[in-house]
Amino acid sequence: MTGGDGPAGGDHRLHLLRQMLRIRRFEERTVELYSATAIRGFLHLDIGEEACAVGVTGALAPDDAVVATYREHGHALARGMTMRAVMAELEGKVEGVSRGRGGSMHLFDAATRFYGGYAIVGGGLPVAVGLALADKLQGLPRVTACFFGDGAVAEGEFHESMNLAALWDLPVLFVCENNLYAMGTALARAQSEPDLAVKAAAYRVPSWAVDGMDVLAVEEAATRAVEAVRRGGPHFLELRTYRFRAHSMYDPDRYREKSEIEAWKERDPIPALEAVLVADGALDDDTLARIEAEVAAEVDDAVAFAEAGTLEPVSDVGSHVTATPQADGGLP
Amino acid sequence: MTTTTYREAMRRALREALAGDERVFLMGEDVGAYGGCYAVSLGLLEEFGPDRVRDTPLSESAFVGAGIGAALAGMRPVVEIMTVNFSLLALDQIVNNAAALRYMSGGQFHVPLVIRMTTGAGRQLASQHSHSLEGWYAHVPGLRILAPATIGDAYGMLAPALDDPDPVLIFEHGALYGMKGDLPDDPDPVDLTSAAVRRTGDDLTIVTYGGTLGTALDAAERLAGEGIGAEVIDLRSLRPLDMPAVLASVGRTHRAVVVDEGWRSGSLSAEVSARITEDAFYDLDAPVARVCSAEVPMPYAKHLEDAVLPGADDVVTAARSLGA
Amino acid sequence: MGAFTMPSLGADMDAGTVTRWLVAPGDAVHRGDVVAVVDTEKSEIEVEVFEDGVVEELVVPEGVEVPVGTVLATIAAGRRDESGGGGTPAPETAAVPAPPPPTSAPPPPGPGVPGVTAGAAIGAGEGADRVHSPVVRRLAADLGVDLGSVAGTGPGGTVTRSDVEAAARLAPPATSAPPAPPAPASPPVPARAPVPVAPAPHAGPARARSSPYARRLAAGAGVHVGALVGSGPGGAVVAEDVIAALASGGAAPQAPASPAGPAAPPAGPAAPVAPAAPSTESTSREDRAARLRRAIGNLMSRSKREIPHYYLATTVDLSSARTWLDEVNASRPVTDRLVMGTLLLAAAARAVAAVPEVNGSYQDGVFTPSPSVHLGVAISLRTGGVLAPAIHDADTKSVDELMAALSDLVKRARGGVLRGTELADATLTVTNLGDLGVDEVQGVIFPPQVALVGYGRVSERPMVAGGQVVARTAVTVTLAADHRVSDGHRGGRYLAEIDRLLQRPEDL
Ligand SMILES: Cc1ncc(C[n+]2csc(CCOP(=O)(O)OP(=O)(O)O)c2C)c(N)n1
Ligand SMILES: [Mg+2]
Repeated sequence: MTGGDGPAGGDHRLHLLRQMLRIRRFEERTVELYSATAIRGFLHLDIGEEACAVGVTGALAPDDAVVATYREHGHALARGMTMRAVMAELEGKVEGVSRGRGGSMHLFDAATRFYGGYAIVGGGLPVAVGLALADKLQGLPRVTACFFGDGAVAEGEFHESMNLAALWDLPVLFVCENNLYAMGTALARAQSEPDLAVKAAAYRVPSWAVDGMDVLAVEEAATRAVEAVRRGGPHFLELRTYRFRAHSMYDPDRYREKSEIEAWKERDPIPALEAVLVADGALDDDTLARIEAEVAAEVDDAVAFAEAGTLEPVSDVGSHVTATPQADGGLP
Repeated sequence: MTTTTYREAMRRALREALAGDERVFLMGEDVGAYGGCYAVSLGLLEEFGPDRVRDTPLSESAFVGAGIGAALAGMRPVVEIMTVNFSLLALDQIVNNAAALRYMSGGQFHVPLVIRMTTGAGRQLASQHSHSLEGWYAHVPGLRILAPATIGDAYGMLAPALDDPDPVLIFEHGALYGMKGDLPDDPDPVDLTSAAVRRTGDDLTIVTYGGTLGTALDAAERLAGEGIGAEVIDLRSLRPLDMPAVLASVGRTHRAVVVDEGWRSGSLSAEVSARITEDAFYDLDAPVARVCSAEVPMPYAKHLEDAVLPGADDVVTAARSLGA
Repeated sequence: MGAFTMPSLGADMDAGTVTRWLVAPGDAVHRGDVVAVVDTEKSEIEVEVFEDGVVEELVVPEGVEVPVGTVLATIAAGRRDESGGGGTPAPETAAVPAPPPPTSAPPPPGPGVPGVTAGAAIGAGEGADRVHSPVVRRLAADLGVDLGSVAGTGPGGTVTRSDVEAAARLAPPATSAPPAPPAPASPPVPARAPVPVAPAPHAGPARARSSPYARRLAAGAGVHVGALVGSGPGGAVVAEDVIAALASGGAAPQAPASPAGPAAPPAGPAAPVAPAAPSTESTSREDRAARLRRAIGNLMSRSKREIPHYYLATTVDLSSARTWLDEVNASRPVTDRLVMGTLLLAAAARAVAAVPEVNGSYQDGVFTPSPSVHLGVAISLRTGGVLAPAIHDADTKSVDELMAALSDLVKRARGGVLRGTELADATLTVTNLGDLGVDEVQGVIFPPQVALVGYGRVSERPMVAGGQVVARTAVTVTLAADHRVSDGHRGGRYLAEIDRLLQRPEDL
């Protein structure tokens, strides 16, 4: 298992809980920091959808690869990037995972084979196909997990990628986080066939729809799918989930009813898992308080780390455009 | 005269176009229920209904292409693409189809299509949402490329663009939407073919457009404090270019600085600079200078983004380096 | 106590307005509670509070737009939420670090040598101008070839690189090289001493870099740019250097051909060979003086040779002008006072409206009247010599504006910082030699202009008024004008108009 801080109390489910809480509390703090302008640009939150990132990454091996979208704080943390380095990235500091170059939408980490947050909808899918192609050509038993939203299913890149991966039998796990909306566009208003698993099946890609609010269900489905992918050929998971907050930081939420949001909040994956654990006697108030305290301390530490971080010298802004700097680079 | 914003001026133009011509419809991602990603089309769905304010799936190539088809068949579509970076998914439709149809059909068909999109940086949106690629489009024969930099142009360019029998791309700099200013209640129609002198001066010509007009005017103001009179020309149309206006100014000032938020190499600024050198060489008292964005994908961190983008400081320094 | 501040709600938000408070002082709030509705111009958005406590004061009322970060409300007895953890930094402390100012300037203009000259270059086709492209000049400097001696085979007779190379082959740049053989059409000119070949573009003695515009001006004035010390970017000779050279040369009034002007006198024969740079100040100044004297001689000879001058004079009573000036000046601080010279300039400029034939240029057998009056003003310099830079649009300037423009011009002419256009595009010139006690001026027209107005001394002199001889303030104004464009009748009308205008100074 990857991710932050190992299993708590020996029960793997407590580890999943801790991971989801880390993401939730981290992002709640980013809202505050954004409001105070310490974070800027676009900030897409995973709040409500944590079970997807945590459940799927939980099923991956350390040398598998991850490709994600701009809504990827959760995936990055669950995959093992430190909270410090992610927070520093959001604050534009050189200690950030992408040296402050990428910000919230572009987290990258070679150590965990996290090939990035892509902010062009659908843009990550072909890249994931290529990562898998390389593994296949090199005979490496690795899996590439590619996350994307329901909105991406309308892009040509989705269809082209599904077809290629299936045609060439490539080890890609396509993970569609179907939160029912692409910005303000409800799935039903964007898809002639709103059952996304059916689309994948049309490419002869085995596909399952899974309750994305249940981390245990997600992990179980992902584990099965990853095993199958490792044996050969792409699989498709549709995780049915919901974002509790706006598309990016704030939006007027004109496109959905408050009552719909409230109804989904009833299915919040964190209290849901807590309830299961409490019922099983695997979690008590003290343990939960301790986990919360530890997570809060980790968040505080990450914020302090980010705030103490340094700004990349302006004179370095032209580095990393190409391996050898081009004569045309440099400042205006 | 009403005080308005660039965004509202644009919205007013859209509303009048929709109200005035049944063939006009607006289509794009989140233009309806969401109110437009930059809130330009807010309220238009309620006013004109879902047929004429049409939300699309995330399918840039398909809905831009559909705009072309609808235009071919007699409609007057206004297609909104959220950001120029996303327009690359529709580049095939724009360049291979919209721009070429009249020519390759031997004049039988034409594409009266308007495509609007946001461009530019300055809001820390990093490497996939911040670029200024309008210069690429200005490279393509068959297209008209507009860059409204003022509230008057934000309002006034849409109607003549819709009247144009050929495809017109309108590039709205993302940092301008909140800009406030006055718009007459009955504004004069604008002329799409000419550049505008936004400030007069005798010592130096600053040529710019869109999001960097403000930068250029700031620089001109500071130069005035040093006794240097900078004339600021807003190109307004990037294709075709109003070079007579530029050359007339350079012919008087003998010095030119081109300010463009795009990258320098192979750019619009390169084109303007080359034409000045071609046509006003013997009027130049100094080499043409350019102030462009550093040639990097846009960084997120604010201090880096600021450093990468052309700023008034850079323009002032360039002007001084010409001995103006 | 905590502060609830105007939050940043999106990438493009800098300010917002609370349109509705959803809490009142005394209300308890919890982290995450929606407490206000903020209008961001894009939309109304419900905003949340980040701490627990009791609302103490609503600092910003509804409807007032404030920048992001402004304290909107104060919250007392703030507590973190139950999850514990460390204290939250107050939002306002988490400010974006101020970006350092951009440190690097744009790269200095590099050698940037275009490979070929532009096709549509003005004047390039007129061999007499001998304006050479930068690359050709550099090559010539490198090879020690004097361009004046090279016959051009390029478009419109321009000298190309291969012309220079061919010339260099004919006269290899050995230290003892004999002068390059003259091209058939040119008078013999010794080749420039070879410049040591510099390995790097920036090393070695500075080449005579010059701007195309400076070269064009220089060609028009018969000046050799190679001899000038450049003050422009990278040491390039710019238009101002040409102008300054004309000034410091102790030259008589000298105006280069206007930008649209015809081929100026060929520079070749008149321009002495430039000393190899760098030269000592004094040598180049002597050379320059001699060269300029010659250049001016050329221009004036051309004027006298080509322009059929006619001369008119009239004496204008300035009594009302004097009275008016005294009245106006009485209420002004010394620094803002008007001088008679300004009124005289104004009159000369305004009178053009009645007789446009005195304002414009005569080229290639055609007179082109100018729509604007750019009034050349002869200014004597302390270092000796005279310049005649132009006050642009003098006819539309008020007397006060003219006064300001004049003192600015005088100051800058004497400081050597005139702009190129000011020297190049006068459409009519005024010479006022009254200060020197001259009674009247019989001027020589600066080609391609078509007239020159001269003012003598403003003085009291006996005049007849109402049958009596009385002392009146007066000036003699003269006109030298081009008979190809106007005649004595029109010229007289112009002087009469000046007189009329000066009788009603308040209307000027
Ligand atoms: C090609 C492209 N078009 C439009 C956008 C603007 N945009 C960013 S996210 C988004 C919605 C994507 O929805 P979905 O794929 O469902 O992912 P979610 O945000 O719901 O996680 C849109 C339209 C974009 N980034 N790229
Ligand atoms: Mg979605």
